[in-house]
Amino acid sequence: MSRVSHTSKPLEQHSSGTLSLYLSGFIMSVVLTLAAYLAVTTHVASTGVLIAIVAMLATVQFLVQLFYFLHIGSGRNARWKIIALLSALSVVFIVVGGSLWIMYNLNYHMTPSDIHKYLNEQGGGI
Amino acid sequence: MNNEALILHEQTVHTKTNFGFWLYVMTDCILFASLFATYAALRGNTADGPSGQTLFDLPYVLAETLVLLTSSFTCGLAILATNRQHKTQAISWFAVTMVLGLSFLALEVNEFAHLAQIGAGWQRSGFLSAYFTLVGTHGLHIVVGLVWMTIMLYQLLQRGFTAGVRRRLSLLSIFWHFLDVIWIFIFSIVYLLGVLPS
Repeated sequence: MSRVSHTSKPLEQHSSGTLSLYLSGFIMSVVLTLAAYLAVTTHVASTGVLIAIVAMLATVQFLVQLFYFLHIGSGRNARWKIIALLSALSVVFIVVGGSLWIMYNLNYHMTPSDIHKYLNEQGGGI
Repeated sequence: MNNEALILHEQTVHTKTNFGFWLYVMTDCILFASLFATYAALRGNTADGPSGQTLFDLPYVLAETLVLLTSSFTCGLAILATNRQHKTQAISWFAVTMVLGLSFLALEVNEFAHLAQIGAGWQRSGFLSAYFTLVGTHGLHIVVGLVWMTIMLYQLLQRGFTAGVRRRLSLLSIFWHFLDVIWIFIFSIVYLLGVLPS
């Protein structure tokens, strides 16, 4: 109780930032956004490499905003918030990765002539 | 309840509400994941219509992105003012955040109207249906955020910094930062990668 009695503004220290935190998060986000934008508009690399660069910069900016804006890892409920985030992220990866994998296989195994043949067998046809 | 017990009680309520809201935000992540997955699967299905390469205007989208990013920053400044219980500053920064949010929304509506006008509406192809659903759902969240911010500004003016108002303001800031996080991925995956030659 002695810890609490010293605080006149009880909610203040709860998962809130400081000016320098918000400012550095903002500057880093602007730099990362511009870097991704310029990499694409100036075609610094081949499409494959650009996809990797943009994905990497987006991931870094995601982490920057998570720490500097959303203050993940601070506050009394920090541990459970991280656990919820990780479980949500695993669902995100399964949904996105699984969908892409299924659709890729579908396209891979279905050539236009396959589709034609299938539709003819069904009595339809194009 | 004496003062100490009241403060402790408020802290506990704040921690619980904060976590509950965080769980809602996580379910929203999953909603966006399903829309991203749909978009990624359908992005090549243009039905001989226009693709992202011909439609997307990157400088315009960069402007949208920077406006939303700045609004996320000013929302943080509003929360700092709230923590200091500085009413004029808090209201000013929330007002700036709202103006930036409205500007973002106006830019987006204008972009959508332009696309519909040149025959690239949501009914044109699977790619465009997925595009409008994903980006439109984000825009809808922005609308909700702006309505919420309007209500909170009213409450802040009427009641001042009560525990309830401060709690809801902090949840609103989580929501607003989250929408900027989602936008990072829309900007990167839909727009930046959308203009690359395949």
